[in-house]
Amino acid sequence: MGVPVLEVTSLAYAYPDGNQALFGVDLHVHRGERVALLGPNGAGKSTLVLHLNGILGAAARSGTAAGTVSVSGMPVEPTNLAEIRRRVGIVFQDPDDQLFMPTVRDDVAFGPGNLGLTPAEVEARVHEALEAVGMSEYAGRPPHHLSFGQRRRVAVATVLAMRPEILVLDEPSSNLDPASRRELAEILTALDVTILMVTHDLPYAMQLCERSVVLSGGVIVADGPTRELLSNAPLMATHRLELPFGFDPTRV
Amino acid sequence: MGAEHGHQLHVHGDSPLHRMAAHHKVLLVVGFVLLIVATPAGTFWPYAVHATLLIGAVALSRVPPAYLARRMVVEVPFVVFALWLPFVATGPRMEVAGLSLSEAGLVAAGGLLAKGTLGVLTALLLAATTDVRDLLEGLRRLRMPAALVEIMGFMVRYLDVVGGELRRMRVALLSRGFDPRSPRHWPVLARALGALFVRSYERGERVHLAMVSRGYRPQASRR
Repeated sequence: MGVPVLEVTSLAYAYPDGNQALFGVDLHVHRGERVALLGPNGAGKSTLVLHLNGILGAAARSGTAAGTVSVSGMPVEPTNLAEIRRRVGIVFQDPDDQLFMPTVRDDVAFGPGNLGLTPAEVEARVHEALEAVGMSEYAGRPPHHLSFGQRRRVAVATVLAMRPEILVLDEPSSNLDPASRRELAEILTALDVTILMVTHDLPYAMQLCERSVVLSGGVIVADGPTRELLSNAPLMATHRLELPFGFDPTRV
Repeated sequence: MGAEHGHQLHVHGDSPLHRMAAHHKVLLVVGFVLLIVATPAGTFWPYAVHATLLIGAVALSRVPPAYLARRMVVEVPFVVFALWLPFVATGPRMEVAGLSLSEAGLVAAGGLLAKGTLGVLTALLLAATTDVRDLLEGLRRLRMPAALVEIMGFMVRYLDVVGGELRRMRVALLSRGFDPRSPRHWPVLARALGALFVRSYERGERVHLAMVSRGYRPQASRR
């Protein structure tokens, strides 16, 4: 399968206050895969995500860390953080945290601008990214005038504009109405990019991701086809994962 | 959710004043305000000249005067202070309608009122005819430090978000029987504002995180 896009090996981490969140995580994601990262609240999902681009961990010199993370063969180290952050695109849960510029266009241009591209290249990236999420006609609008679903899509575009090798989404379906949720799913499946998706929305994980991993208590406790994991009742119950009422993964 | 569009001081229009470059407008406004402040109190005609110029500019901008008048409310604290002056200032006094007023105080109050009103109106006219984005771009062109311009940009962007949070907190408080007028409930108000501060602070950290994740390096010069 070649070099994995994402390779996490025996990753352990304790916050500076001594609170240990990760106890040896191993995770491989290969090119073109869409993987759901499932787990109860407090399992360490956000902590893991912030290690993928070196915001936490050894590269950030915060807390106590062991193990390695590499992205397409490049280890996450202080010397190559700029390239790592281009390769790993994180879409945060609250679009208001991600969209801070006066217009949608400026916001999408922020990341490519940090990469040191020429204005023409930046413009091309903005166009391409907004096109991919179907928001081209909103380029000149201020982000806070958009609906929540539109803002989430723009947040995805701000990261796509950096042409990441892996797109990491934190709770992409949260607070979306069903139509926006479906539209986002259509956009994500149409993208030609590797995806790691942190979610509590298990039907969404099943719809979008063939493979899921379950993080619980700071370790990966299960890794396999999403349908199989969701149908494994004892596993689900042990790790506080619950399907919505009436949802039967074996009959989708 | 609040549905106010654009920033609330800006009045859309297409007058010569709207079209003028933002950095020229900023320079004009600063110069004009300095001129007003430097005009000695006690003489009348320079103020008449200032006022005529300003009224001409308002007419040129086609911003409704009623709109500007409503925004002038921001001046009220100064007006109160100005009205207070003739009573408390020292020096020779004179009788006006049975009240003993200080002459120096009257002059000072008149000067303060005139300067305040003209200054506020000038600033309001700038805000009404200039989009925030252009204003920030204008300040950048005037070589204002990039960090300051960025901070102002963030303020404009997040005013709505923090305002929305404040509105939601208020509704949640009111829904649980909170009465803002009762002094008994004021400590709650203080705690709510404290919570808002903490939330805004945490949001600031998350925004920074999202920026760093997109390759932002504060020390690197941008543009």
